[in-house]
Amino acid sequence: MTRAVAAHREATGVERVFRDVYGQAVATLVRVFGDITLAEDAVQEAFIVASDRWRSDGIPPNPAGWIVTTARNRAIDDLRRSTRGRELHEQLGAVASTPQGVGAEDPGEDGPVSDDQLRLIFTCCHPALRTEHQVALTLRLLGGLSVDEVARSFLVSESAMAKRLVRAKYKIKAAKIPYRVPADAELPDRLRSVLSVVYLIYNSGLDDPERASLRSEAIRLARALVELMPDEPEAAGLLALMLLSESRVLARTAAGALVLLRDQDRTKWDRTMIEEGHAIVRACIRRDQPGPFQLQSAIQAVHCEADSFEATDWPQIVALYDHLFSVMPTPVVALNRAIAIGEIEGPGAALTALDAIAPDLDNYHLMHAARGTTLRRLGQQDAAKAAFERAARLATSEADRRFLAQQIEELAEDGAPLTE
Amino acid sequence: MSQYLLSTYAVEGEVHGKQEVHEQSMTPEEMQTFMERVTALEAEMKASGAFVFTGRLHDPDAATVVRSSDGDLIMTDGPFVESKEHIAGFYIINADDLDAALAWAGKVVDAISHPIEVTPFFEMPGA
Repeated sequence: MTRAVAAHREATGVERVFRDVYGQAVATLVRVFGDITLAEDAVQEAFIVASDRWRSDGIPPNPAGWIVTTARNRAIDDLRRSTRGRELHEQLGAVASTPQGVGAEDPGEDGPVSDDQLRLIFTCCHPALRTEHQVALTLRLLGGLSVDEVARSFLVSESAMAKRLVRAKYKIKAAKIPYRVPADAELPDRLRSVLSVVYLIYNSGLDDPERASLRSEAIRLARALVELMPDEPEAAGLLALMLLSESRVLARTAAGALVLLRDQDRTKWDRTMIEEGHAIVRACIRRDQPGPFQLQSAIQAVHCEADSFEATDWPQIVALYDHLFSVMPTPVVALNRAIAIGEIEGPGAALTALDAIAPDLDNYHLMHAARGTTLRRLGQQDAAKAAFERAARLATSEADRRFLAQQIEELAEDGAPLTE
Repeated sequence: MSQYLLSTYAVEGEVHGKQEVHEQSMTPEEMQTFMERVTALEAEMKASGAFVFTGRLHDPDAATVVRSSDGDLIMTDGPFVESKEHIAGFYIINADDLDAALAWAGKVVDAISHPIEVTPFFEMPGA
């Protein structure tokens, strides 16, 4: 390979490397400077230097370390030039003299510390921040998405998203939201909030082609969490849950409409992802410290194992939902359990179970969709139609609306009771 | 070290939000244990160095607003903000960071059974 070709190939990789190292570099510089905005600006400056130098010299062996060192040196130069900066620089002297601080006079050996990313994600997902701010900060600071990319992911303007990020960073700084991994006593609750943010990012990327990249971002974040917290089975559970869900994505929609699990073309499922997900679920079962994400991943593992909808091990699924409900007694878990019960005891039993939880989920489109499907199986076409129509009014994604429109159309066409 | 304001609000017309009514509805024994909880909490705050100041405020009916108009001072009877909610009491505490402040807020909530708002003070340069 000629040098020109190699340089070109590396040049196309620069953007990807930036995105990969962004979170690590920002996290480490937040530790060094104690200020998120300063850290972001410094990393941005280092990227400008890097995009010139790397295109001619190639990507260095440790790009994250290179960015951190360059960003730190640039920021310190900038700080020295301003009055406020001189004060900050004095404080930094104090940081640098502590053992965990990165000394300003260190050569380029100080690589990013992976714990820094963990600290930063706990800061971003602090329960004192509202969820939409947690999500935006996590995608921007850990995921390395541009403000515009984050804005498009949540269907708001770039300026609205920029304002949201500024407000969130203001609160972190003004209220002194700590930059650390919580103590053992708080860890389970705080980790749950981190994992929920990652799962929310994943789900925001479902059923909307425009936002599909959020799913891979969420999986990337979960992989990082598993690597950083190998002793936390719930992190592994979340990764498995998303992998098993992702394995079915291609079969999940047809012509832009949602396809129910029972109707999915299982040959379209991604076997590699299923195998990885199954391996994680098995490892979780061996650890025997079940939690909500592990149980949900185990349920998905049972679905993915079945060659056909009919071959699904429903008693196993109901048992897992029972366990899940005991640790996470939410109406949505009850809804999924009711649907599973319907597969064992028939639609009559499912309807009884659904009606019992219906008041709690009256504004949830999937409850009405499940009722519609169950009523249709019972031959109650009019009631089914009403349920599907209510679901369609509440549905939030285009794929769901199309699916529900199909159901209503089919009801009008068949007129006669359907048997399955 | 930072300082935080832990404030609690009373809601006009809401039995459990209004301290006086709330207290009137307490039996003397309940009042006694309530006061014991608060005293114990304040002792804990003082022992740990977190305590700075505490106060309980009268109703907004007792408030006066003073403002300047063309160099003259004008007084108006009543609160600045006409609202159903008003600050009924507060603590000012020292805490290393928000987590430490939230931990104290949690203890105040346990002691007085009211929601607590946690607001950071501006840090004075050199403080």
